[in-house]
Amino acid sequence: MAGPTRGFLGRRRDRDPRLPPGQYDVGRDWPVLTAEPTPRIAPQTWSITVDGRVENPTAWTWDEAHRLPRSEYRGAIHCVTTWSKFDTWFAGVSVDTLLEAARPTADAHFVVATSKTGYTTNLPLEDVTGGRAWVVWEYDGGPLPVEHGGPVRLLVPHLYFWKSAKWVTRLTLLQRDQPGFWEQNGYHDRGDPWREQRYQGD
Amino acid sequence: MTDVRHPLEDAVQLRLDVADRVRHMAGQHYVVRLTAPDGYRAQRSYSVASAPEDPLVELFVERLFEGEVSTFLADVVEPGDRLEVRGPIGGWFVWDGAMPALLVGGGTGVVPLVAMLRTARELGRTDLLRTAVSTRTLAELPYADELLRAGALVVTSREPHGARPAGRLTAADLAPLVEPGRTAYVCGSASFAEAASQLLVGIGVPAPDIRVERFGPSG
Repeated sequence: MAGPTRGFLGRRRDRDPRLPPGQYDVGRDWPVLTAEPTPRIAPQTWSITVDGRVENPTAWTWDEAHRLPRSEYRGAIHCVTTWSKFDTWFAGVSVDTLLEAARPTADAHFVVATSKTGYTTNLPLEDVTGGRAWVVWEYDGGPLPVEHGGPVRLLVPHLYFWKSAKWVTRLTLLQRDQPGFWEQNGYHDRGDPWREQRYQGD
Repeated sequence: MTDVRHPLEDAVQLRLDVADRVRHMAGQHYVVRLTAPDGYRAQRSYSVASAPEDPLVELFVERLFEGEVSTFLADVVEPGDRLEVRGPIGGWFVWDGAMPALLVGGGTGVVPLVAMLRTARELGRTDLLRTAVSTRTLAELPYADELLRAGALVVTSREPHGARPAGRLTAADLAPLVEPGRTAYVCGSASFAEAASQLLVGIGVPAPDIRVERFGPSG
């Protein structure tokens, strides 16, 4: 670990305790960071499928997903590029609700989320259960904007935000971990912001 | 820190002699991490402008208004300073020096593209790259001379450039540069990257052939 940087004092002396290490409060902004062109997806053509190591592979259309019990998240999100955003408000359905219907088999331990674009990200099953992950279509009371993953994205706010796959369309349960897009491209496999798990080796 | 220059009014070009350096690929970035005496830390990612064979790592940093890290790098850092850096990072927005590529950059988004152009020159494969960049004015474009010398199409949105009136990058600008099998690398602000990648999709470039690097206001 390096010592102090000559001449650097830093600006934000009253650090918000909600900020994980190395993060700063981006305020009202919500930067957009994606590796691909933004796809245009009509809600009528969107669906979410839960498959893989499950007893009952299930798909929901837009309308069917909206008839599931509504679930909300209010709180912070954290991007690996070091911004955090407080007091966000998302709504959709809890991943628990989807898994209840699909019934993971006993040997299911990991999930790969796949986007309409082909983007993938991997997560341990325990990171998307217990009320910690959502499939969301609302932000701040309105439709989720397309540049932020609309019509529907995954939301796993306790991990760095690349895990919250935009334009999500499939959750595949797996026996073994299978690195996703950024996880194959130098980023950490789990991405816990409180442990600063940004890159491989952290 | 070996060399600190201010080629543009609100930017700094840093050249670092990195200990135990790992060879990078054009398009990758480094993280610069600053530590205050009380242990407070701030870190940001910056694209590498230099080619892999360059003995130094060159970063180009736009000085953002109230940017905690960028103002420090632009205003305080001097040759001889020691900085904590980490890299190279990123395995997606990289050019391998062998595939034909179309480079599309906006503003400081040209920096990783400059690394690709320099890499092509080192390899004697400048024939592989086609480049289009957009800037408000030529004076605000990082590496403007180098880009023009490399034959880049330079579009200026706030002033005429050559025979061309002020205006944004258009589909007509990009259409002659695309061809099947050519991967596009688009880098710039979120709004530029969105607009440019949608232009490419609109003229028939398959979305999987478009790699995008966006940067937001991240200090």
